[in-house]
Amino acid sequence: MNNNEEEKIGALLKQAMPPMKRELNRDLWPEMLSRLQQRASPVPWFDWALVALLVLAILISPHAIPVLLYHL
Amino acid sequence: MPVLEQQPDLLQQFALGNLDAFEALFRQYQADVYRWIVRIVRDPAAVEDLTIETFWRIYRAHARFDPRRSFGAWARRIATNAALDYLKTAPREVALVEDFAAKDAADPAVQRDIRERTQQAFRELPAKLQVAATLALIEEQPYKEIADALGVSVGAVKLRVFRAARQLRKNLKQLGVEP
Repeated sequence: MNNNEEEKIGALLKQAMPPMKRELNRDLWPEMLSRLQQRASPVPWFDWALVALLVLAILISPHAIPVLLYHL
Repeated sequence: MPVLEQQPDLLQQFALGNLDAFEALFRQYQADVYRWIVRIVRDPAAVEDLTIETFWRIYRAHARFDPRRSFGAWARRIATNAALDYLKTAPREVALVEDFAAKDAADPAVQRDIRERTQQAFRELPAKLQVAATLALIEEQPYKEIADALGVSVGAVKLRVFRAARQLRKNLKQLGVEP
């Protein structure tokens, strides 16, 4: 394929998909801030309590490990 | 590109993870990042989310940013990667085959159909080739800028554009369109 053919393909593409000239018409900072806050929020205490319970159960009864793995 | 590269303090503060500095940079570069992404993905519905995703990646990577370098170029590279990830997962349309050789190309209906098939043939290209072809052949961006945004050499961009054009030609033939 030579440059001429590449230009032909380019012209066909531009006809089918004209260059995009779209501008941002609003400030996206509020969404950005909410995303930052969402990601920065700590793991809820309840999740930590569940993890602690799980660890405790494993310590008390190590035989429960295969059962837990089976259910995962 | 906004005139900000002369503010080393702000860039330094950003690199240290200062949220106010990040906000200032966000406000100055959001329009530029948006414009860049819309050129690549060509789907206005997805562009705002991708702009946010780009700045989220920028914020997470603040410690890796070198304040002596251009923030705009760095943001553009991250935006290109976010757009590329989007194109890799965006659904592609199913092919339809009909021969156009015998039809009248001046007919507006045929013209519209050719446009649709060209778009379809384009969407069948691998995401990396789509990005290179969009920026080089449709948006007519300089090869150097495309290379910087993709993090590859100018030669690699030229090769991608060449491969995209060759593949597109093949796809178009399969769809019954002779370029």
